[in-house]
Amino acid sequence: MKPVSPFLELDDTPRAEVTFDGAPLRLPEGANLAAALLAAGIDVFRNTPVSGAPRGPFCMMGACFDCLVEIDGVVRQACMIEVSPGLQIHRPHAQEADDVQA
Amino acid sequence: MSKRDLVVIGAGPAGMAAAAMAADLGLTVAVLDEQPRAGGQIYRDVDRVPKGRGRILGKDYTDGASLTAGLRHDRIDHVAGAVVWAIEDGFCISYTKDGRGAQVTAERIVLATGALERPMPIPGWTLPGVMTAGAGQILLKQSGILARNAVLVGSGPLLYLLAAQMVRAGTPPLAMVETQTRRDLIGAARHLGGALRGWRYLLKGLGLLAEITRARVPRYTGAQNLRIEGTDRAKAVTFSARGTSHRIACNTVFLHHGVVPNTQAARSVGVVHDWDAGQACFAPRLDQWGGNSVAGLFIVGDGAGIGGARAAELAGRLAALKVAEELGRLSSAERDRKAEPIRSALYGELAARPFLDAAYPPCSETLLPADSTVICRCEEVTAGDIRHYAKLGCLGPNQTKAFGRAGMGPCQGRYCGLTVTALLADANGQTPDATGYYRIRPPLKPVTLGELASMEHVAPDAAE
Amino acid sequence: MDTDYAIIGGGVVGLSVAWGLLRRGRTVTVLDGDDGSFRASRGNFGLVWVQSKGMKQPRYAQWSQRSAAMWADFANELGDNTGTAVPLEQKGGYDLHFSEETLQATVAQYEALKAKLDGDYPFEVLGHNALRKEEPHIGPKVVGAILHHQDGHANPLNLLMALAADVRRMGGRVLTGKTVTDVSKPDAFRIDCADGTTLDADRVVLSAGLGAMQLGPKLGFKAPIRPQRGQVLITEKLPKLINRPSLIARQVDEGGIQIGATNEEVGFDDRVTQPGLSGLAAEAIAAYPALAKAQLVRSWGALRVLSPDGLPIYQESTEMPGAFLVTCHSGITLAAVHARVLPDWLEGTDAAPDLEVFSEARFAVS
Repeated sequence: MKPVSPFLELDDTPRAEVTFDGAPLRLPEGANLAAALLAAGIDVFRNTPVSGAPRGPFCMMGACFDCLVEIDGVVRQACMIEVSPGLQIHRPHAQEADDVQA
Repeated sequence: MSKRDLVVIGAGPAGMAAAAMAADLGLTVAVLDEQPRAGGQIYRDVDRVPKGRGRILGKDYTDGASLTAGLRHDRIDHVAGAVVWAIEDGFCISYTKDGRGAQVTAERIVLATGALERPMPIPGWTLPGVMTAGAGQILLKQSGILARNAVLVGSGPLLYLLAAQMVRAGTPPLAMVETQTRRDLIGAARHLGGALRGWRYLLKGLGLLAEITRARVPRYTGAQNLRIEGTDRAKAVTFSARGTSHRIACNTVFLHHGVVPNTQAARSVGVVHDWDAGQACFAPRLDQWGGNSVAGLFIVGDGAGIGGARAAELAGRLAALKVAEELGRLSSAERDRKAEPIRSALYGELAARPFLDAAYPPCSETLLPADSTVICRCEEVTAGDIRHYAKLGCLGPNQTKAFGRAGMGPCQGRYCGLTVTALLADANGQTPDATGYYRIRPPLKPVTLGELASMEHVAPDAAE
Repeated sequence: MDTDYAIIGGGVVGLSVAWGLLRRGRTVTVLDGDDGSFRASRGNFGLVWVQSKGMKQPRYAQWSQRSAAMWADFANELGDNTGTAVPLEQKGGYDLHFSEETLQATVAQYEALKAKLDGDYPFEVLGHNALRKEEPHIGPKVVGAILHHQDGHANPLNLLMALAADVRRMGGRVLTGKTVTDVSKPDAFRIDCADGTTLDADRVVLSAGLGAMQLGPKLGFKAPIRPQRGQVLITEKLPKLINRPSLIARQVDEGGIQIGATNEEVGFDDRVTQPGLSGLAAEAIAAYPALAKAQLVRSWGALRVLSPDGLPIYQESTEMPGAFLVTCHSGITLAAVHARVLPDWLEGTDAAPDLEVFSEARFAVS
């Protein structure tokens, strides 16, 4: 079920199919990824490697590194990425951590 | 390796103006900017903003299109999506773009890296749903996204601007929780003389306030004991004002109590910085052209000291004139003649600044937070930790960094640096200048080892 | 008299010695620099390391072994005393090789040293496949490794903090922000600082790292040391990728991969360089290809404190008896012996180790 978003989107833009942690999402193509995820109702992007605390976007300008996500095995700032079709977005290092536990 | 007369780092108003003027004077220019499109944060995505959104954002924003137009010039290479991670002697600038490492050399550098939000560590400020007011503006400018149930917390003109824009868009904030006091306003009155020369800004501010009031947005001033409640995400803001405790349930909190120069790049090359008591931040020590202790490098815009977008643009032009003169494209007499009207305009632009700085001072309880408050978001270090390290002999932030990792995370101290300096200065009874700041080193932004390794055999002049 | 011992230099070496002297009931005053001082204690690689040390001087290998053997107990004591744990792992460490020739040549050297140490040099050679069983992420370019079982690594910053806390807890005085400008011996030792502070002491230990280049001659030492730059990288925090440390890379207890280090003779320049960082990154990826996608978060340059032969210098001044020079490159590895054994040498007890091979007599007068 799509989470209810606390954000209002002013414009209707063509959507691109992506996945977040394996779940399909339709995000506005070419949009800022962090903003698009927020608008899609995703507020927790990751848990910190220090305490496991939940984090989401804070500065939206590439300075705070709280909106980190993993794409193609590289951990990057969601606020510095644009939505493109087929993006597979993961929480940082979630897969490897699962491998180790398995 | 490509070579340019001038490399400008940052495509906000200062950088764009510097690049355009330098190119007009015959210099070859590369503008390196992290964002996919020019504009900086203030004019973010101005070239592709839909009309309706432009009306919400106002004319001050849409006017930025004249600056982005200036980048379309034969002698300007605007490299978008370029993340600069090292500036070395020469000058040799290393950056990554599209997952690949690259370098460019320059006779001169103009740093136009803008401002950061002043860190506002209060309990709960790391929770999802808590963002800076700047982030709120960026969401609107770039993505057309507005928070439905937001509370604005802090002080300063940007808070009013965001609130007014939210009102125009039909999603007014639930409340404005403002930390400045009546006493701050009275104290600021002594700067009114200067401010009247900058009357345009004061008038705008009054206009914004009128919009907010008309929309019946509740305003609380002199707010204290700020706290954000929630475990997995922000649920409410609590505070006290005029002796009464308040709790406002919300989904989103926008924090703001001023912006401060982003000094990372300047510090990485050793530019001398001084404490600016009026703006409660460090700023580079500059001459009238933006020159400083590093020969050949100029700093303009909010990264040189907070002055706003128009002042940034003017300072960018001044630096371009100086660079052109140094590289033999202008005589010093021509330079000075062209500089004179720019300088007098700059004087007018900065006139209201001391009044605004005094009327909307930083929120004092966040400058020296309570022991349990997290001050380093990346490594989750608290104010109490820093005070403890001071007792173990730490005089400066590089020592506390070694002891407790504050400033070691990916943001590299951008959101804890000023707080750590303030805490140590207070604990050790020293000035901020004597306490100092983090030693900033490359990478200015994280870079993958693969990108780094791909530059291993980049021979000079071979990477064209 | 202000203090029995004045320790000039509040890094890991000075604090380790101070710690040991305090435990013996001496009064100690440590003079430490400021936030911007060159501090090898802050910039080092964090290995507690035996292999490759003392290839030409078995006594140095033994001294390192002795410290490595005492390290866990020392770290535990500091942790218990201060509440600051000093993470340490001593499960062995690697010397990784990208060619059979260098591997075999190194093995031959180790065998020769092992014979001189009466066989106390526990190492084994792992071929690529055996190494891959231990380190699943090792890359195909690594032909093999020497696994030395006495090697390990620690959190050197926690060591520094725990020492700073425990020295204070035991009553040591630490004066911060001090730059020592002169030491004289009108009667007892008189130490002058740039800010006007003076201190009288019965004895002086000069453990100021590169600061000994200036101060050493004032105390009658040759102090023939020099800075050598090492650039070091550290990545974002990652899930477990590397089990045992090597000179190329180690995974620190917080999760980051630390990658080192260059050896550069560039004087007091502690900056990092793009070629330096790129070269280290390439080597680390050759060893562990998965690192190509890891984000470099920080890098730094630190200055090693090197003597001409790379060995420590322990010397009492002949001009000013009661003044001791204590300087070394491996302050982390040697922290345990500096804390627990060196004080016997300073105090001249029956338990004093014979440190003659580390005296300045080994350096020819030039």
